[in-house]
Amino acid sequence: MQHGKYRFIVGFLAVPLGLYALFVVWPFIQSIYYSFTDWTGLSPEFKMVGFDNYDRMFHDDIFWKSLWHSLLFALVLPLVTISLALFFAFMINVGGRRRRGGPVISGVRGSSFYKIVYFFPQVLSIAIVALLFAFAYNPDSGAINALFRGIGLDSLQPLWLGDPDLALWCVMAVLVWSTVGFFVVLFSAGMASIPADLYEAALLDGANRISTFFRITLPLLWDTVQSGWVYMGILALGAESFAVVQIMTTGPGGPDYSTTVMVLYVYQKAFRDGQAAYATTIGVALLVVTLAFAAIVMRLGRRERLEY
Amino acid sequence: MKTTETPAPVPAESGATVSKVDTAARPQKKPKKEGGVLNAFSHGFLILWAFMVVMPLLWAVMTSFKDDSSIFSSPWALPDKLHFDNWARAWTDANMSDYFLNTILVVGGSLIGTLVLGSMAAYVLARFDFPGNRFIYYLFIGGMSFPIMLALVPLFYVVNNMGLLNTIHGLILVYIAYSLPFTVFFLHAFFRTLPTSVAEAAFVDGASHSRTFFQIMLPMAKPGLISVGIFNFLGQWNQYMLPTVLNTDPDKRVLTQGLVQLAASQGYKGDWSGLFAGLVMAMLPVLAAYIVFQRQVVQGLTAGALK
Repeated sequence: MQHGKYRFIVGFLAVPLGLYALFVVWPFIQSIYYSFTDWTGLSPEFKMVGFDNYDRMFHDDIFWKSLWHSLLFALVLPLVTISLALFFAFMINVGGRRRRGGPVISGVRGSSFYKIVYFFPQVLSIAIVALLFAFAYNPDSGAINALFRGIGLDSLQPLWLGDPDLALWCVMAVLVWSTVGFFVVLFSAGMASIPADLYEAALLDGANRISTFFRITLPLLWDTVQSGWVYMGILALGAESFAVVQIMTTGPGGPDYSTTVMVLYVYQKAFRDGQAAYATTIGVALLVVTLAFAAIVMRLGRRERLEY
Repeated sequence: MKTTETPAPVPAESGATVSKVDTAARPQKKPKKEGGVLNAFSHGFLILWAFMVVMPLLWAVMTSFKDDSSIFSSPWALPDKLHFDNWARAWTDANMSDYFLNTILVVGGSLIGTLVLGSMAAYVLARFDFPGNRFIYYLFIGGMSFPIMLALVPLFYVVNNMGLLNTIHGLILVYIAYSLPFTVFFLHAFFRTLPTSVAEAAFVDGASHSRTFFQIMLPMAKPGLISVGIFNFLGQWNQYMLPTVLNTDPDKRVLTQGLVQLAASQGYKGDWSGLFAGLVMAMLPVLAAYIVFQRQVVQGLTAGALK
């Protein structure tokens, strides 16, 4: 297999690697370099300024706000989404009543229906979902407040996205809504591969559903939960939170910066305020947060691998 | 511990009864009370969530058929009649037809490019030993966990200097580049699982490396290509951040961007029903495709995370 091997390897790798290096790797390296300059992005001239941008960032109240919001996104969102998804997936796959003569473990009736419906939001663009909910949250004519009026809760008419205390949670709820289904399907696939005799043994020992879940399902599913956690956290720090915050909240960034997240702040500094160098500095901070998040989740979640 | 053969109730969560010898395949009629309550509770939650998922979508469809005044006065009322003119207005006046065309061009081009280039790189990295192999592989998959926004600031100027800003082909190239990490990661694992003997036999028979790849290996990798193709199709069709930064020309807008701009400008024009028609128009093709290709879509989207 040696004949012309290297020519073939170079020929096949050149285009994809070149494209990747030019549009992904090179800009990453550049942006770290730019974070030490005073480049505006508007003119080609700039000079090195050392750590000035970092110094400025540490004294920037809006940066700290955006960091706090991003951390909330990365911690609360996976927690809520994955808990809900585990509950639903367990109910769908294991929660059914045992039918006589049927398998020991069975899902609820209509389990495939639930899986299909729960997955709907996953195929829609987050931008479209965000637009839809921006209307639903409208305090005067939106669907949610109209629903409250309809069931007699006339006094309860929150401003939702207009309320600085509520706006961030409204945005998060939309991301939960759109991602739970994905994890339900993901965990269902994982649960289906757990051998039924383990459940059978647990039932023989008199375990109820709750202890079955914590003693059998969760430990055996741990690897999937962990990688799901990292995946969700990266999304919540990056593209998804950018789309929902930028589209849904006024400003964008919410009343009194109440929903500004790091990724949005990078975008605004670079493409609205003409401070490209400072934007890359915040971007580097975002990179550090993302990598630290992934490392911490992988480390905390490390436990002995269970073979079955 | 008791084994029942009579049609006695066998509540799943009591765990006290094991029905190994039961034969009739019917659900019990009288579950024990505690089990029944828990069952109703959890089943209720499942139904509630299904309802919460479907309601906003149905509400959007319903709203797209209403006139502007009733959208605001009674958001939950059924439309007085089906205003199909909303849809016509969205398609022509609101440029939805252009947005669809742009999206199809961009996604079509970048999907083909991603699959061809991604499978070439993944094949070489999975099947050939050469210095730097591991480094290039990790360089590719490292791109999955890095925040894209960090690269977008300089990328804007890279693309601008090459004269590719606000062009369809520029957007295609960027989409391909950012789809490569996952595609290479996924197909690399897939090519590893394929048997080596077939390729070796082809090679002994005198086929060149590239011919072996295109005529033997690619057809064998079809299931993997379909999964990763669906993943990329949805990701690229729904992409919002990349076009927002790199594609600011109003004539070149893709669907997601176009709709967001439309929503922003409706504040002046006040054509909310047209906007809802546009939203539903953008949702329906993907939802319909999902329902038809349900199994493949789920496989494609969850395949990566299960690895």
